[in-house]
Amino acid sequence: MKNKDMSTQLLFDEPGPKGKRIIRVMNVIAAILIAAVAIVVLVRLYNPPQGENQLSWQLWKPALDLEAWTDFYLPGLGLTLGAALAGIVGSLIFGLVFGILRLLPNPYIRFIAAIIVEFCRAVPVLIMMVFFWRWFAGMGIQHSSYYAVVLALILYNGSVIAELVRSGVGNLPKGQREASLALGLTRTESLMQVEVPQAIFAMMPATVTQLVVALKDTALGSIILYTDLLQESRRLGSMYFNILQTLAVSAVIYFVICWIASRIAEAMPAWMANRTSGPVEEEVVPPIAVMDATNRNQIKAAKTPRPFGGAEPVYPDHFHGSHAHHENWTHHHYIEQQELEHPHDYPQEIRNEIMKTMHLRVKPRGNNPQSGSGDKKSEKGSGEPQK
Amino acid sequence: MTQNFNEFLQLFQQYDILGAFWVNIELTFWAAVIAVVLGVILIMMRISPISSLRGFAAGYCEFFKNMPLTIIMVFMVLGIFGQLKISFSDTFTINFFWLAVTGLGVYTAAFVCESLRSGINTIPVGQAEASRALGLSFMQSATQIILPQAIRGAVAPLGNTLIALLKNSTVAAAASVATETSSLMSTMIEFHSEHIIGIFLIFAIGYVILIIPIGLLTTFLSNRLAVRR
Amino acid sequence: MKKIITRLIATAVAAVSVVSLAACSSTSATDSDHKITIGIKFDQPGVGFKKGGTYTGFDVSVARYIAHELGYKDYEIVWREAPSKQREAMLQNRDVDMILASYSITDDRKKTVDFAGPYLVAGQDLLVRSDNTTINGPEDLDGKRLCSVTGSTSAVVIKERYSNKVQLMEQPSYAECATALFSGIVDAVTTDNIILAGLASNSRGRLKLVGKPFTQEYYGVGLHKGDYELAKKINAAINKMVSTGDWEQAIEDNTSGTGFTPDTQYNPPFANQGESAQSVEFARSTEESSDSKN
Repeated sequence: MKNKDMSTQLLFDEPGPKGKRIIRVMNVIAAILIAAVAIVVLVRLYNPPQGENQLSWQLWKPALDLEAWTDFYLPGLGLTLGAALAGIVGSLIFGLVFGILRLLPNPYIRFIAAIIVEFCRAVPVLIMMVFFWRWFAGMGIQHSSYYAVVLALILYNGSVIAELVRSGVGNLPKGQREASLALGLTRTESLMQVEVPQAIFAMMPATVTQLVVALKDTALGSIILYTDLLQESRRLGSMYFNILQTLAVSAVIYFVICWIASRIAEAMPAWMANRTSGPVEEEVVPPIAVMDATNRNQIKAAKTPRPFGGAEPVYPDHFHGSHAHHENWTHHHYIEQQELEHPHDYPQEIRNEIMKTMHLRVKPRGNNPQSGSGDKKSEKGSGEPQK
Repeated sequence: MTQNFNEFLQLFQQYDILGAFWVNIELTFWAAVIAVVLGVILIMMRISPISSLRGFAAGYCEFFKNMPLTIIMVFMVLGIFGQLKISFSDTFTINFFWLAVTGLGVYTAAFVCESLRSGINTIPVGQAEASRALGLSFMQSATQIILPQAIRGAVAPLGNTLIALLKNSTVAAAASVATETSSLMSTMIEFHSEHIIGIFLIFAIGYVILIIPIGLLTTFLSNRLAVRR
Repeated sequence: MKKIITRLIATAVAAVSVVSLAACSSTSATDSDHKITIGIKFDQPGVGFKKGGTYTGFDVSVARYIAHELGYKDYEIVWREAPSKQREAMLQNRDVDMILASYSITDDRKKTVDFAGPYLVAGQDLLVRSDNTTINGPEDLDGKRLCSVTGSTSAVVIKERYSNKVQLMEQPSYAECATALFSGIVDAVTTDNIILAGLASNSRGRLKLVGKPFTQEYYGVGLHKGDYELAKKINAAINKMVSTGDWEQAIEDNTSGTGFTPDTQYNPPFANQGESAQSVEFARSTEESSDSKN
């Protein structure tokens, strides 16, 4: 972990003898402080003002013995993993379908898909779970809490993955699309055969992170009485009044599983980098609201080595987020000064050609070249973006 | 049909829906304050030369990133309050509110720390090298060179973390905060199950209305503040 | 590349169907052959509790007795969890044949389901720490801290009738409440005395019942609306269970060491409900029928 974090290594010089001594002293002080807090907590647990010694073996044994595992933790873990797995698989399908729908040339399909996805991303998972639970139960569906958990996970994580697909496509260098169009593929063919597959590889790390989110969110199922790991450990705890101990055990189980998944997510960008031309950085929290703010491209820009001799560095495309659709995308390039000509400024016959091949809705526009807007660095830009 | 609709409208008078959203907003606000303060402290620890602090901060982030919030909330009540007897007030409602805020805050702090770290990753190595070459100490280069740029690069993940926090504030139900939105929705569905879809839509659209401006603002600020290199 | 996507989607669809099938498979074997499906609580020690594949508690003992009387062997009973909020729906959808899940008979519920029984008259009571001397009834709760389960009406009864200055903590289950009581952050837990007795029996002598129930809850066997024949058979089974002494034995087994005795003014009850469309007075009852509650 330390090696990956370049900044931690580079923020300070290799300390000299004096610095090393200071660090050693500080280390000891910090370690003592942390240990002191731990001891205070343990003493408090050992000898609370009221109630029982929470560290006694009498309480821990029933939380750890074989019966606890076979009768409570493992069945609960099975249901937790079952819901998480069904949720993540379903959300992959949901995400792929809606991500692609949001990129299709047809504006009506895009609009409807956008409404659905944005809605699902904004509603808290717990609110969805409670609603589906009561709704399904009212309709007489058995195991309503299971389906409520799974469906809520699918809708939320699926909508996030849909956005990852879409922004993954938006983040590809435009050369990918241009090359496939030049090879004679239609707009949709280029999307399905060239761009989306690369976007999938680019979004893999974020998807695994999303798996961790889904796994953690299954614990919300205990609020709607789904008998997951958390709920089972509560029940075990109600037998011997050692609910703190059983919850601690289940917390450790959750942690271990999520930690393994997190490590995989962390290792993935390196595996995926060869298979896509887009940025693959894992994100802390995936974009979860309209416009998809993210700093992936900024990270990629920072990691791109600068050429020697003062030459202009070749930076990757900026993030397009909601501009992933082609029309907005070229416009965005223009705003970001990566493209010096706006598509609307192309000659009429080229625009007609684009319209024909790409199903683009380019409005015919009078050719009135003006000087670029004030903040533009380049003087070569001609004409303003559409008003 | 119209009678049905009138009944539905009466729900607004019968239940304090705006009040419930206000509870969630308050939870979010105070938790965000805690999370930002803790998160900045954690990121300072994480990039500091002192290895025990680095280890602590990394462990903290790993722990909370991989722990379900529901469990943390339950532990806030049964562990922190129940066993360690740390309480904020003798009045239960106030106490549980602040326990939930603390739980949300310490949980979100890990994500704030990770967001800032991802912001640090938007800074080219040359910046740190240059500040060292100028002879700046760790604190100087951290507070004057690295963190200001990191915060600008971290606007996007921080905004997303804020949105996640707002949505997570519904989990306060697990910490006995009975006045927030998901609890109120449960109660309303319990007594008016014939309007279940309408009730759900009230709350869902409430969250959409709250979250969309945050998303727009985040994107705007992220593009505006990003350091052009 | 297209192939990869197609394959991915195909695998995903397959995986989802496998997972959902796995979840469903346990449900199908109910109606076809000679089996009876009974809804109970899975999470209330002493009343209805699931531990691995075994089920314990007073409701379970009664349910088992009734099933035997109806001609079902142990292995022919299918136990199903019946959470409080879903009991009516489960009966209406015919997911279960009967429900014994601390299910009190109320007029409100009789609109949608029918009840046989009652097989126990429970009453709302308080659970306190063994060293407690100050709380001897619901009137003593002013300024005290009370724990109850989220959405339960037990706490409302106390607040409205006895002491409105009580502070209320809501937890997802009684186990959390009892843990909170253990550690001293609340002073009492309230719900039906049989449930409290189940909690107390696991507490290694640290919790006790106040033992002065202040409501009457007639626990009935929830049945499909209009199932009078079954109700007659069940009532006969319950009355037989009482007369043979098995009923008292079941109480004894499930609440031993807690000092719990069912309110003798009403117990053991005479099962006479649900045999026709007319409502029948509770036998042994001197008061009017109790309030709607858990």
